[in-house]
Amino acid sequence: MIGSIIIAALSLMAAFAPILARHDPAMIDQSNLLMPPSPVHPLGTDGLGRDLAARICYGGRISLSIGLIAVGIATLIGLILGSIAGFYGGFIDSLLMRFVDIMLCFPTFYLILAVAALARPSIFNIMVIIGLTSWMGTARLIRGEILSLKEREFIQAERAIGASNSRIIIRHLIPNAIGPVIVNATLSIGGAILVESGLSFLGLGVQPPTPSWGNILIESKSTLGVAWWITVFPGMAILITILGFNFIAEGLKKKIG
Amino acid sequence: MLAYILRRLLGLIPLLIGITVISFVVIKLAPGKPVILQYSLNPKISLEEIKRLEKLEGLDKPLFVQYGNWISNMARFNFGYSLSDGRPVKEKIFERIPITLCINLLSLLFVLLIAIPLGVRSALKQGSLFDTTITVLLFLLFAAPGFWLTLLLMQLLCIQLGWLPISGITSLDFEYFTWWQKIIDVGRHLILPVLVSGLGSLAGLARYMRGSMIEALNQPYIYAARAKGLPENKVLYKHALRNAVLPIVTMLGLSIPGLLGGSVIFESMFAIPGLGRLFYEAAMMRDSNVIMAEIVLVSILTMLGNLIADICYGYVDPRIRYAQK
Repeated sequence: MIGSIIIAALSLMAAFAPILARHDPAMIDQSNLLMPPSPVHPLGTDGLGRDLAARICYGGRISLSIGLIAVGIATLIGLILGSIAGFYGGFIDSLLMRFVDIMLCFPTFYLILAVAALARPSIFNIMVIIGLTSWMGTARLIRGEILSLKEREFIQAERAIGASNSRIIIRHLIPNAIGPVIVNATLSIGGAILVESGLSFLGLGVQPPTPSWGNILIESKSTLGVAWWITVFPGMAILITILGFNFIAEGLKKKIG
Repeated sequence: MLAYILRRLLGLIPLLIGITVISFVVIKLAPGKPVILQYSLNPKISLEEIKRLEKLEGLDKPLFVQYGNWISNMARFNFGYSLSDGRPVKEKIFERIPITLCINLLSLLFVLLIAIPLGVRSALKQGSLFDTTITVLLFLLFAAPGFWLTLLLMQLLCIQLGWLPISGITSLDFEYFTWWQKIIDVGRHLILPVLVSGLGSLAGLARYMRGSMIEALNQPYIYAARAKGLPENKVLYKHALRNAVLPIVTMLGLSIPGLLGGSVIFESMFAIPGLGRLFYEAAMMRDSNVIMAEIVLVSILTMLGNLIADICYGYVDPRIRYAQK
């Protein structure tokens, strides 16, 4: 699965190469509505004449950054809550784990939808909301790891030296426990991109004209039988990206676990 | 067994309280007053009128009181009135529950019926062409966005091949059908939503099943069973499979929120009048009564699903029943 690294390179290319797009993604070109793929517009145009390839490239930027930052937020929250729960144990542990159970019972998509509908759907809001609803897995993972690492000799040695604050101990525990967390985070990026594209598809995510992969698919709903390229290409972009992240996660899993 | 069930039920109460509190907080935090719907079209509305509307909805009392009122109302199944069309929320929700439940249960069944045999077969023929193709396919399925696959399937099956109807759960001349024609009609309409709804969980479950089965087959007791001279299919089905299926039961419970969440998108795409679509419409209209009621309802359904999964797990695996204090 080291071939996963190849896919990783592809993902990175999507991030930095939007500048490669030849056309302006927002440029409306009335003479070229709904054209199938051609040499001028390599992936065709959409209903407003905008070049699809450019929209997909720029949309890739947006979707990828939303995925990355959302997972960043989620991992941060999960790390903090999970390590506090695992380290201090006892009442704080049960309280925090109850909280995790409650959040897990929530249909998170409903919650995200509700908040996205009630607040203004900006890119920042979406990142925060997706982050706030995906930290549970990380929290559980790191709590488990810390629980098992807590009684090891090197931690006892830290205490013996009199490591000043529990926080310094956490600076030793977390780096050792972070393996599975990274794997989980990589997988979650794919999930976050999926959620974001679902939100945009429903019209509650990234707003047009800013392109996002889910965004472009809104139009494909109304042009189903007519313009196959609007449906196929953004979806394939999502598929390949998520596949890429899943491959990376599998490869990492083999190296770590 | 009964004690186990009672223990799990008791554990649900704090979960319920937590869920309602969080839902309440989330809705109240959202900007925009809920009564906006009723006066946004009237620019001349006076301040007193706004205050009177708020008082009518009980929105002028302190938050604790509002929460208390809400909870006591819910306990009596009074969810208030929808802010968008004035109908009692209870009616709106209850008339849509059967459809959503039906589709989700059928999805679960579909997933179970396909994922388990697929996983088992993959595990038995590890490394074969069958195994590798299926694994690759499942990997792709796992990574593909559900609504995209729906669009592709719709394009293929409904538009170009015309095999399946594209929306709704009944055809236009439904009332004129005989009763068994009606059943076939509903069935035809349900095929695509059920299929699409289950695809995501299918991929995950099948892969998990395969891993679990492989692990079960490597256990010492399988070795012993074979050494005892048991016929191969007894070894496989009576011993290996039974143990491999256990974690699947919990995974099923955990996939329920995903199914319910996914139903929002699918019901919107197929124009099926179910809970998901109700939620979407309410979210668009900022109908906070419906939104709150639905979030709580769906959370409770999820909790029930997890509870049933846990009970089944406890029934099937006696170790679990005695492990908990």
